[in-house]
Amino acid sequence: MSPGIDTGDTAWMLVATALVLLMTPALGLFYAGLVRSKNVLNTFMMSVAAIAIATVTWAAIGYSLAFDGSGALIGGLGNALMSGVDFAPREGTAIPELVFFAFQATFCIITTALISGAVVERMRFAPFLVFAALWSVLVYAVMAHWAFGGGWLISGGTLDFAGGVPVEMASGFSALAAALVVGARKDYGRQALLPHNAVYVLLGAGLLWFGWFGFNGGSGFSTGNPSVLAFTNTLLCPAATLVVWFALDLFHGRKVTAIGAATAIIVGCVLITPAGGFVSPGWAMLLGALGAVPSYYLIVWRTRTRVDETLDVLAAHGTAGFIGILFIGFFAQQTWNGVSDGLLYGNAGQLLDQVLAALAAPAYAFVMTFILLKAIGAVMPLRASDREEAMGMDVVQHGEEAYVTGEGAILLLPDDHEKVAVPVADPG
Amino acid sequence: MKLVIGIVRPEQANQVLEALYRAEVRGFSMSRVQGHGGEMDRVETYRGTTVQMGLSEKVRFEVAVSDGFVDRTVQALCEGGRTGEVGDGKIFVVPLDHAVRIRTGDSDEGAVTPVSK
Repeated sequence: MSPGIDTGDTAWMLVATALVLLMTPALGLFYAGLVRSKNVLNTFMMSVAAIAIATVTWAAIGYSLAFDGSGALIGGLGNALMSGVDFAPREGTAIPELVFFAFQATFCIITTALISGAVVERMRFAPFLVFAALWSVLVYAVMAHWAFGGGWLISGGTLDFAGGVPVEMASGFSALAAALVVGARKDYGRQALLPHNAVYVLLGAGLLWFGWFGFNGGSGFSTGNPSVLAFTNTLLCPAATLVVWFALDLFHGRKVTAIGAATAIIVGCVLITPAGGFVSPGWAMLLGALGAVPSYYLIVWRTRTRVDETLDVLAAHGTAGFIGILFIGFFAQQTWNGVSDGLLYGNAGQLLDQVLAALAAPAYAFVMTFILLKAIGAVMPLRASDREEAMGMDVVQHGEEAYVTGEGAILLLPDDHEKVAVPVADPG
Repeated sequence: MKLVIGIVRPEQANQVLEALYRAEVRGFSMSRVQGHGGEMDRVETYRGTTVQMGLSEKVRFEVAVSDGFVDRTVQALCEGGRTGEVGDGKIFVVPLDHAVRIRTGDSDEGAVTPVSK
C-alpha cells in the first residue's frame, strides 16, 4: 500500500463506488417503468449505454479535464488516458487515486444517463450514443471541474457536497434543452401516454435511494464527519419529502399515488445531494419538506405545456438541485460542517457564492446541450420516423421486445438468413 | 343486428376509440390478439438466437350494432385503423341472432342501443 492511504477510508470508498454504479441500472428500471411497454428496452439501454460511453470518455479525457490542475474553467490533460492515476493518494484524500477515479466515473455515468429521460420513446439510439460521448466531456467534465476539481466555483467558495452543480442542475437543464431540440413525441398532448409498470418505478426509486447513500456518503472521500453527516441526511431529507408529497397528493387528489411517491424519493435525494455534508440533520429535514413543493407543482404544470420533457428530469433534478444549492447559502452551519456558515448564521457571503452557482450551472448546461444536439442533428437524424415511433423503439432500434411470448416465432438457422424478406422493422 | 369485428394495429387502437366515439358508437369490447395478415415478418435476435416473428400484436374490437349503425361503425374502424401500410387489419361483419342486456333483460335492438343514463 502507498504511504498516506487510510484503510478504512479506502474500504468505504470501494463500497460507495459500487453503490453509485448500481444507481444507473436502477435509473434504467425507474425510467423503463415510466414508459410504454414497446419502449422499455430502448429506455433501459440508454442507461446501459451511459455506463459504456461515459466510462470510456472519462478514462480517455473526462477525468483529466475535471480533476487535473486548478484552471478556472477547465482542467489540464495531465491525467488523459489515466496517465498518473495509480495507487498513490490523491491530494486531500487518503484513498488511492484509482479509487477516486472510479468513484467520480460513476457520477459522470449516472448524470449522462439522467438526460435520457427527456428524449425517451422517440430519439434514435445512435445519435444518443454520440450525444452521450460529447456531453460527458464537454458538459459534465467541465462542470465537475468548476464544482469539484479546483475550478472557479469551488475556489470562489461555492459549497457543493455531492454534485448539485455538475450532476443535478447539469442534467436537469440539459434535459430541458434536449426535449426542446428533439421535440415532443408524436402523440404527446393528444393521447394519454401512461407508465406501463408502476412496480418497476417504485423498485427503481428504492434502489436509487440505496445507491444514493454511497453517492452522498462517499462524497467526503473518507469515513470522517462530513461523510457520516451526509449519509444520515440522505435518510432524513427524502423521508421528509415523501411526507410532504403525500400531503400534497392528498390535498389535490384525495389519494396518495405510488408513482408520486417514487418521484418524491428522487426529489428528496436530489435536494440533499449538494447540502448533505453542510447542514444539520434538522435543516436537512426542512430542506426535504420545503423542496418538495416547487418540484411537485412544476411536474403538474409541465404536463399541461407543449414541452415533452418526458420523464421530468428538470423538475426532479434541475429544480431540486437548484433549491439544494441555494439552501446551503442560508442554513450551512460551521459547527456541523467545519467549513462555513450560511446567512442564518451570519455569513451572507456564502449565499452569494451559492447564487452564483445556481445561475451559472443552468445557463452553461442548457446552452451547451442545445448547441451540441443541434450540431449532432445536422449530421444525423435525432429521432425515429412517426411510423417507427408507433411501432416502438424496442423492435425498431434493438430488434428485441421486452415482453416477448415466443408464440409464432420461427427459429432461423444460419443458412436461412439470406432467404428472409426485408423485415418491416427495417424498411428500405 | 350485426356484429362488427375489427382487427387493427395496437398503435392505432386509440385512434379507433376516438373515431368510434365521434361516430356515437358507445358500446364495444376490445381484446389483445396475435395474428398474421400478409405483412412481412420482423426478425429479432436474442443472444445469438435469430427468430422470425410470424405473429404480430393486434387489437380486436367487437361491436354489436343495430342495422342502421353498421356503416358508420365500419367507417370509424377504417378511419381510425388505417395507416396505408400492409398490416392495418381487417373488418368482418357477421349477422347477429340475439342479444340480451343482462341488467334489464332487454333483448335484441333494445340491448345494443346505448342507454342515455
